[in-house]
Amino acid sequence: MYYLTNTVDMININNLNFGYSKHKPLFKNMSMRLSNGHIYGLLGKNGAGKSSLLKNLAGLVYAQSGTLDVMGFNPAKRQPALLEQICFIPEEFYLPSVKIDAYLKANAPFYKNFDNQYFTDLIKEFDIPVEQKLINMSYGQKKKVIIAFGLATQAKLVIMDEPTNGLDIPSKAQFRKIMASAMTDERCIIISTHQVRDLDNLIDTVIMLDENDVALKASVEEITAKLTFKKVKEIDDSIIYAEASLSGYNAVMPNYHQEESKLDMELLFNAILAEKIKFKPLFS
Amino acid sequence: MEFRDNKAIYLQIAEYVCEHILLGKWKADEKVPSVRELAVEMEVNPNTVMRTYELLQNKNIINNKRGIGFFVDEAAMDNVRNYRKQQFIIDELPVVFRNIYLLNIGFDELKSKYETFVKENFNA
Repeated sequence: MYYLTNTVDMININNLNFGYSKHKPLFKNMSMRLSNGHIYGLLGKNGAGKSSLLKNLAGLVYAQSGTLDVMGFNPAKRQPALLEQICFIPEEFYLPSVKIDAYLKANAPFYKNFDNQYFTDLIKEFDIPVEQKLINMSYGQKKKVIIAFGLATQAKLVIMDEPTNGLDIPSKAQFRKIMASAMTDERCIIISTHQVRDLDNLIDTVIMLDENDVALKASVEEITAKLTFKKVKEIDDSIIYAEASLSGYNAVMPNYHQEESKLDMELLFNAILAEKIKFKPLFS
Repeated sequence: MEFRDNKAIYLQIAEYVCEHILLGKWKADEKVPSVRELAVEMEVNPNTVMRTYELLQNKNIINNKRGIGFFVDEAAMDNVRNYRKQQFIIDELPVVFRNIYLLNIGFDELKSKYETFVKENFNA
């Protein structure tokens, strides 16, 4: 966002209506724009629609009405020219009973920019046993294989649904390093997560879904310009939301004195769920 | 890197860079890590490191040679001290003052304690 001269809308969602049944809408007239050069963190309660939004973007489910524009394409049409530019790492996935090289041979040709060397480097870095069949690997190892494959496609849109689930402690640090280097000016990266502590320093813009719509979309810089997150001994009227802690309270309040606090993403999440009306005017 | 909870990440990274300059690990006119390199090392978003580098450029601690990268400024050492001094006065001194006031510590006592501290730690 600082060194980009040409940010474009990579994703443009307009009045999206979506649900798995007609009587239970998941999104009502949702609109949102996402651009290149960012890592978006998608947050929301269970069932808020995080995975469904990601599936809409990847053309895996279809909108009831409204428009979705992903890099100039309608994802529902599933055109190869778009799909080769999307890397989608789902939370649940199936890998066949073959070794890595056979998997590569069958799948890499769909992506014309696929970088074999980069894939090999990632597999090595993640310490994946290449002689083992994919189906016999642990969940965490499988996950690392599809992350490595997804990033090696060089796709411009990277969508990851709970990528750190199942990763062991060293793999999480490796994942953060890999994502820090994978974030280029051309790419738009969207990561949905409940494990905000795994990823909060990677995310530059927070998107929070709640009650059928986008409850918040703001950069970390904008959030911390408007709000401060800090420990206080006592609660007063200036505090929007607070949680008791050992030494007092962890509080969110308007940033009256231009303090440069560290965004506490979990606290923000709970604060917005509890006090949505108070945040609305701050971020409109 | 382990970050503290009480300060914006981009400022903590600025402290890290300043520390390297003060300790002489990164010297005047030497190249500092690229935005991406430092982002990978710190496991943070490159936009955050870019924000750090913009701040340090404004303080004339590093400068940007177009197309080559970021370098430690000639006057970085003095500028780091100025910057850190301001930060200390704003962030840390109020806490110290509060304790001095609450515990009723006299300036004479403080002065002799300070001089002993300098002697023991810096042989000055």
